[in-house]
Amino acid sequence: MSAIYILWLRELKRYTRSRAQIVASLGQPMLYLLVLGFGLNPVFKRAGYGSYFQFIAPGVIGMSVLFSSVFSGLGLLWDRQFGFLKETLVAPVPRIQIMIGRTLGGCTVAVIQGLLVLAICLVSGFRPTTFLSIPVAIGFMVLIALLFAAVGVIFGSSLQDMQGFQLIMNFLVLPIYFLSGAMFPLTNQGKVLAFVTALDPLSYGIDGMRSVLLASSAFRPAFGPTLDLAVLAIVGSILLMVGAYRFSKIEI
Amino acid sequence: MIQVRNLVKTFGTFSAVNDVSFDVAEGEIFAFLGPNGAGKTTTIKMLTTLLKPSSGQIQLDGLDPQTHQNQARQRFGIVFQDPSLDGDLTAWENMEIHGVLYHVPHKQRHQRSEELLKLFELWDRRKEQVKKFSGGMKRRLEIARGFLHTPKILFLDEPTLGLDPQSRNQLWTHVKRVNESERVTVFLTTHYMDEADRVAHRIGVIDHGKLVATGTPKEIKEQTGTETLEDAFLKLTGSSIRDESANSADQMRQFAKMWSGGRR
Repeated sequence: MSAIYILWLRELKRYTRSRAQIVASLGQPMLYLLVLGFGLNPVFKRAGYGSYFQFIAPGVIGMSVLFSSVFSGLGLLWDRQFGFLKETLVAPVPRIQIMIGRTLGGCTVAVIQGLLVLAICLVSGFRPTTFLSIPVAIGFMVLIALLFAAVGVIFGSSLQDMQGFQLIMNFLVLPIYFLSGAMFPLTNQGKVLAFVTALDPLSYGIDGMRSVLLASSAFRPAFGPTLDLAVLAIVGSILLMVGAYRFSKIEI
Repeated sequence: MIQVRNLVKTFGTFSAVNDVSFDVAEGEIFAFLGPNGAGKTTTIKMLTTLLKPSSGQIQLDGLDPQTHQNQARQRFGIVFQDPSLDGDLTAWENMEIHGVLYHVPHKQRHQRSEELLKLFELWDRRKEQVKKFSGGMKRRLEIARGFLHTPKILFLDEPTLGLDPQSRNQLWTHVKRVNESERVTVFLTTHYMDEADRVAHRIGVIDHGKLVATGTPKEIKEQTGTETLEDAFLKLTGSSIRDESANSADQMRQFAKMWSGGRR
């Protein structure tokens, strides 16, 4: 247990020490939120979907949780490069504990990041239907973070060097974000897009957050919170198991 | 303390280590020498549970590292060829993580970290991030960390690579001191023959995966009829240059160096 704790703590310390990076990582969500959110607001309203700013806020929170959890998993590449991975892998500790510690750490960091963006949303005018829904939304953030930290671990264990990083960014992380309905409603879409977006786990995370945060507003959920919860929990568990397996196979 | 019998490791048709046998006694400093690609690192990897031997037996303090992986790991410390510290954490935090991972009880961990950091002259800088350390300081910290869980054996894989003579000298002084005070068995590899001559009690020379000589530095010089260990080494292993192909980890290290502008 103490091994899990110390590795969790390490992820947190590394996060809080990179202040410049924290500020930088808030830039992109703010652009989406403030520029797109206010820019597309009039068009969206005229189409009868209500406020676009309200609509996109949970999507932007989901985006920052996605990015920071995948990157935390890919931090494995970084640790492999600078050697710290070896130090943990030759320790007399079962690998699964090392994987759990790292993943929980990455997940915690991703949720903190999500909370920072939530705070920015609230400051710039986002209003959930009731503030009591925020803890439930945080629950969804945790599920998103766990699921995508596992994705990060799977790719981080399989790749040998940083060259693969761009590939993952462009062909995995960005498509997951764009196809998740973070920026557009998933209802009333064409068959192809509806099918592809239903395959994207992030769609369920963002749909879940919207369902609770924007209940009884103009927003109509695509899947509903129960299905969202079930999909995230099941897919997340499977990916975590795959991640643990891949991690156990790392050779130094 | 270390017993190796008929150790073999083959990668496809290539035998990296071919029928190697040797013993290292408790409290001994044993230097494992050989040109690049001779099989030194492969042997260390097998001794430290990182690679599975193709055949042969290994015993570390009476334990087979394959079947008793975690018990064996608890008994040795290792300093790798390339750094394995977390640069974003402080020296003290790096020690802490190591202590926790090796199940050193809280009180003992703090006491020993303090002792070792003082011994390796890092105590004043314990609250600084490791990325701000010089190469020699990082090496010292890694070795101090390797001693933290009071291992019975310490493996040092080319620990002085890239250090200036002062740091090298100081590093070996510390290693010798802990070897004497705690009776730690030290198994090291190096390319600096003068170091091996000065530090090691016994030496093994490996080439093309085979052990070509073992003995005290004096014995090896006598066997080959040479004045210095360097001449003995060249006589034993020939003077042709070995080219090791860079593996992906090396390439990545290169990439990292360019990328971080030599910051680490």
